[in-house]
Amino acid sequence: MYEHLETAENRDSLKRVVVDPVSRVEGHGKVTLLLDENNKVQQARLHIVEFRGFERFIQGRPYWELPVLVQRLCGICPVSHHLAAAKAIDQLVGIDPENLPVSADKLRRLLHFGQVLQSHALHFFHLSSPDLLFGFESDISKRSVIAVLGEYPDIGVQGVKLRKYGQEVIRMVSGKRVHGTGAIAGGMNKSLSKAERDYLLQDIDQMIAWAAGSVALIKKVHCTNLPYYDEFATLRTNYLSLIKPDGALELYHGGIRAKNERGETIMDQVDYCKYNDYIHEEVRSWTYMKFPYLLSLGQENGWYRVGPLARVNNCDYIDTPLAEAARVEFKAHSGEAMVHSTLAYHWTRLIEVLHCAESIKELLNDPDIMGSDLVAQGEKRYEGIGVIEAPRGTLFHHYQVDENDIVTKANLIVSTTSNNMAMNESVRQVAAEYLSGRELTEPLLNNLEVAIRAYDPCLSCATHAVGKMPLQLELVDAEGKLIDKLVKHSDGQIERDNA
Amino acid sequence: MSKTITIDGKVIPFEEGQTIMDAAMAAGVYIPHLCHQPEFTPHGSCKLCTVKVNGRNCSACTFPAADGQDVLNHTEELIEDRKKITQMLFVEGNHFCPSCEKTGNCQLQAVAYHLNMLDNHFPLFYPDREVDASHDEVMVDHNRCIFCTLCVRASHEKDGKDVFAISGRGIHKHLIVNAESGLLKDTDVAATDQAAHICPTGAILIKRTGYQVPIGQRIYDHQQIDQVSLATEHPKHGE
Repeated sequence: MYEHLETAENRDSLKRVVVDPVSRVEGHGKVTLLLDENNKVQQARLHIVEFRGFERFIQGRPYWELPVLVQRLCGICPVSHHLAAAKAIDQLVGIDPENLPVSADKLRRLLHFGQVLQSHALHFFHLSSPDLLFGFESDISKRSVIAVLGEYPDIGVQGVKLRKYGQEVIRMVSGKRVHGTGAIAGGMNKSLSKAERDYLLQDIDQMIAWAAGSVALIKKVHCTNLPYYDEFATLRTNYLSLIKPDGALELYHGGIRAKNERGETIMDQVDYCKYNDYIHEEVRSWTYMKFPYLLSLGQENGWYRVGPLARVNNCDYIDTPLAEAARVEFKAHSGEAMVHSTLAYHWTRLIEVLHCAESIKELLNDPDIMGSDLVAQGEKRYEGIGVIEAPRGTLFHHYQVDENDIVTKANLIVSTTSNNMAMNESVRQVAAEYLSGRELTEPLLNNLEVAIRAYDPCLSCATHAVGKMPLQLELVDAEGKLIDKLVKHSDGQIERDNA
Repeated sequence: MSKTITIDGKVIPFEEGQTIMDAAMAAGVYIPHLCHQPEFTPHGSCKLCTVKVNGRNCSACTFPAADGQDVLNHTEELIEDRKKITQMLFVEGNHFCPSCEKTGNCQLQAVAYHLNMLDNHFPLFYPDREVDASHDEVMVDHNRCIFCTLCVRASHEKDGKDVFAISGRGIHKHLIVNAESGLLKDTDVAATDQAAHICPTGAILIKRTGYQVPIGQRIYDHQQIDQVSLATEHPKHGE
């Protein structure tokens, strides 16, 4: 491990290199490296420099606003927040997951599969495929989805259409592609009409075929770049995820399972309402993102990874046939109980895309999604906890309300927060192994971003963005000559560069 | 011979005692408004229905129609003024449509769309206002009150209760309830009261009912406020 690179000694005498902003991730973050005179890395950090306010400003609001208000945390995976909050407020009206009407449960699952499918497709095709198809240190002009569309048009178009399909599932269930409604306390506000169901059914076989093709593609990319792909930014860590009672991969509802690096169970089928007894969060002064850890293992060793790699590592099997076959192949590749390759996040992410596509087909053929029994009501409670497997990992929403239905307390542990320690450790590993001692160039620095990108972090989810995009303003004369330049840095500082 | 006025050049008949708003609506002409509902005494406070009558600005909801009046309604200048009024209503309160449960059913939002209001223009006040959720069935979110007094009039004229009133002046104006504690739970308001359902924004709400109407089935999902207003307030024009 590379913890010694978290804080360097003699920091004032070191050279500073900043990657700001980290690109092709959601939200804003930066990486700082401190180098000595031989370009040896002495310190490497991923900073999340934004402030998150949601936990505070939802206090004082009525609880039924939560699924719609809190989903505004994110434009990529709002459905995850919508559903985690909905599961929490179900409890406030006395409804536990097993008492949710069958139709409502299946509609929520359909909504969630659509969401995971679109989010994963967005991440792989739009954000990461340029690195994976053109190489980590390729020319900057190639590192975008536009270049992918140019050189690999089939892959690019499939990515766009897979994502679109996921968005259409979301639109049919919740009324809008982004930030719809749908889930309400104790159920759903509508079911699918036959026309909506048929509309989604017509393309699902194509989506399954493309998803299977994307798994084959990532397997090929991974295996033709061995051992590099198995070693790059790789960490031997603990893993945490929800799991079905029978040990199958689960995205919507289950108990918590955690395994250590050897695949031994740390905990299993733990009721997530007791998460506070198992998970704590540590605060560090240099970032707005907290560091969660498993209480039983302590701050030092208790950090864990979440997300597709954790879920596929943790589960005993996947309950859809094509994704299960893909999982078996994936596990056979490593020959170990657990796969630790950070770049294997991409592989597992696409296995999940396949699982989502298969599951969507199954649900679309289930008449319950057109049912009319949509809402249940029980006895009022004052505390609700909703946990879900968001695309990026386990997501916790925890609320308390008063006798007037007003939120008095909220705690959110967002998936990206759980991967905070791992992302920092991966950045340090890449800095130490691939960058240290070399003349730093822009393509070389992309290696750091590739490591972060593998986790598909959503920095705005984890901190709540308040808009600090760096900005560059150039004044150019008629001949195209630069006569003035203003640069606004992400800290708000403005600098004039009279080039 | 019946008496007439003209609105934007169109000849419109009216009956004695009708306001310009009454005559316009009866003739299927929409004049934007928020504080007006034909079943309650006109109040003339929101000023959105400002029209030019023989060259003078007047509130159409309170100004009596008189024979031969030349009324301008749908002019660029008046639309611009109404947009500014709407922008001021938005910035004075805390109107966050993205998470508001009234979105899609809100007249303030709908009138803003109708007027093509694309931004706030004015700086937001971010006033510090309370949510009164003390009553078991009805709540008041003061952040969204635009002081239209429809709840005041509905409670007085229809429910016979006087639950609501407006207190203070100017920027200090605020909605109060008829209880020493100042809390809704100590009033005799009921979820069946018309006053509990009349609010054109999301200031007075029936608790625990938010978001139950799916997107696509809300009032303004497929119709603009002018169509809805003429159809519901004067049904004969709704076909």
